[in-house]
Amino acid sequence: MTYRFDFSWLLTYWPVLVKGAAITVQLILVGALLGVALGIACAWVRSLGPRWLRPVAGAYVELIRNTPFLIQLFFIFFGLPSLGVQMSELQAANLAMIVNLGAYSGEIIRAGIEATPRGQFEAGASLAMTRFETFRHVVLLPALQRIWPALSSQVVIVMLGSAVVSQIAAEDLTFSANFIQSRTFRAFETYFVSTAFYLALALALRQALRGVGNALFARRAAP
Amino acid sequence: MMEFSTWDILRNLLLAARWTVLLSLVSFVGGGLLGVALLFLRIGRGALGRRFAKGYIELLQSTPLLMQLFLAFFGLGLFGIDVPAWLAAGAALILWTAAFLAEIWRGCVDAVAKGQWEASSSLGMGYVQQMRHVILPQALRVAVPPTVGFSVQVVKGTALTSIIGFVELSKAGTVVTNATFQPFTVYGLVALIYFALCWPLSKSSQILERKLHVAHRHH
Amino acid sequence: MSLIAITEVRKRFGSVEVLKGINLDVARGEVVAIIGRSGSGKSTLLRCVNGLESIDDGSIMVAGAQLLPDDLHLKALRLKVGMIFQQFNLFPHLSAGRNVMLSQMVVKKTPKDEAEAMARRMLDRVGLGHKFDAYPDQLSGGQQQRVAIARALAMQPMALLCDEITSALDPELVNEVLAVVKELAAEGMTLLMVTHEMRFARDVCDRVVFMHQGRVHETGPPDEVFGRPRTPELQQFLGAQL
Repeated sequence: MTYRFDFSWLLTYWPVLVKGAAITVQLILVGALLGVALGIACAWVRSLGPRWLRPVAGAYVELIRNTPFLIQLFFIFFGLPSLGVQMSELQAANLAMIVNLGAYSGEIIRAGIEATPRGQFEAGASLAMTRFETFRHVVLLPALQRIWPALSSQVVIVMLGSAVVSQIAAEDLTFSANFIQSRTFRAFETYFVSTAFYLALALALRQALRGVGNALFARRAAP
Repeated sequence: MMEFSTWDILRNLLLAARWTVLLSLVSFVGGGLLGVALLFLRIGRGALGRRFAKGYIELLQSTPLLMQLFLAFFGLGLFGIDVPAWLAAGAALILWTAAFLAEIWRGCVDAVAKGQWEASSSLGMGYVQQMRHVILPQALRVAVPPTVGFSVQVVKGTALTSIIGFVELSKAGTVVTNATFQPFTVYGLVALIYFALCWPLSKSSQILERKLHVAHRHH
Repeated sequence: MSLIAITEVRKRFGSVEVLKGINLDVARGEVVAIIGRSGSGKSTLLRCVNGLESIDDGSIMVAGAQLLPDDLHLKALRLKVGMIFQQFNLFPHLSAGRNVMLSQMVVKKTPKDEAEAMARRMLDRVGLGHKFDAYPDQLSGGQQQRVAIARALAMQPMALLCDEITSALDPELVNEVLAVVKELAAEGMTLLMVTHEMRFARDVCDRVVFMHQGRVHETGPPDEVFGRPRTPELQQFLGAQL
């Protein structure tokens, strides 16, 4: 094979990659925060919420988990405007990630809630707490702690999946890579380097989530 | 301008969905075979093989499938051949599927209780015999539900191949949208077709999982 | 007027009737032990009094608060009776002190410093003032149960329900919990307790209720119930306990 690798373009274009990576980080920060919040709400509805709402949350979870993220993204960005909902590329990407992670994390968190011993609910009730107060103060944190590793993996999966938001021209890391390779015609090298960026992001994100978990579930000293 | 009825749209999408199904099957079977090889490296006794398999799995699980597709597409192109999209798509999906399946199956082998290893060692079995007669048969039972569950990820993963130009359901969705200017309907239908493909798999995975739990409790 | 009034209470699980018309009144300051075989319905009765189980018929009143299945009535009832469980049910993610503070702050909206002061008082009362910052898994079973008692007391209930509170404890830890209960009884707390500790029931209780097959079968002061059981079922039950 006569191909000669050339990475000299990096000298000129690395700021473009960094800018794209920053957008990817922004996407996953917003997506993770709001997505997990949506997941908690969804898990609450499905395991403890009003009965009439449970099938609605169930349908949402099933629908999202059984369709590709790319199609969810296209539906939100191209489909919703015909209903009069206009949004920017980044807003659509954010929304799609929140909705996607909401469904997955909802299912994961539900498993954590359902593993709660019955006695915890009864203790809360016997102390005159409402069902919601018991959920909020007694059940939620240990439930999250139980499923934190699975939840962390899912957040990383959603971050990696966010590469497709470049397809609606959200200017993320992949978008930067596409832009660079269209200028340099060094496609393989460009995607190789951006893959390394994603790898670094994934490792950093895993580490960060471990840190968040440690902080969240740390035993607190006297109040 | 030509008028498209919903039926026209649906028919075009369904025709393209055949390719989604075919690519899914190829990726799942190919990935499964490669996954078995990886699994044996991963749980085998060669330190080098173990490290390679571990690195491979982590690498493919920590980078976007889309990047892997690009690298397969342009990487194969480095050999000077004109790479058809289906080849890059198939190759990347097989490599990707293999990593995930190998990791799922490793978890299943790990789940077989430590006592089983000890018991079979105490009976004088060698490593291969232990694997063949004691560990794998038990791991296999546990492995079925998550394996079926992962097939859903494979079907959804094929959607990304549209980005490197393979014409399957998602690509057809984009083409039909451009022709009809009805993104809401078209992508809605595309989603429903994916759902029709994936949901039975998800559901059977759940049912198998539940059966397994019940079986365990009665033992 | 009695503090707890249980009138003609019936409870069914599916086709099985576990409570077949229970009548039981507990006066303020009275200490009542419920004894009986497992399956006699004694734990179910206790759980009904705190609204953890709904009742199918009859009524339960605690200091004028009636057991009704809506949140408002349940809350009013539960503010009047505390409950101690067999399995302690401490909140594992909170320290002992926080366990005692939580419901004061959430339910009664007590300011934090007041809740903390109350928690320290209650933990002192059960002899665990020095364990304020310990987490449940750092405590022995007996200590956990004493924290659970402190937690219930911090809500200042008019009565305490104790559901086999020493059954999950190692024998050597039973006495430290019973000592706390005994002290509460001496201070005039109203107690309704399901127990297997016959000696304790005899020493501390004002009245013993023997339940059999979902009914109150025999009741009276401990001397009578233990010394001169009238029915063959109670005789047989007490015989099996020896």
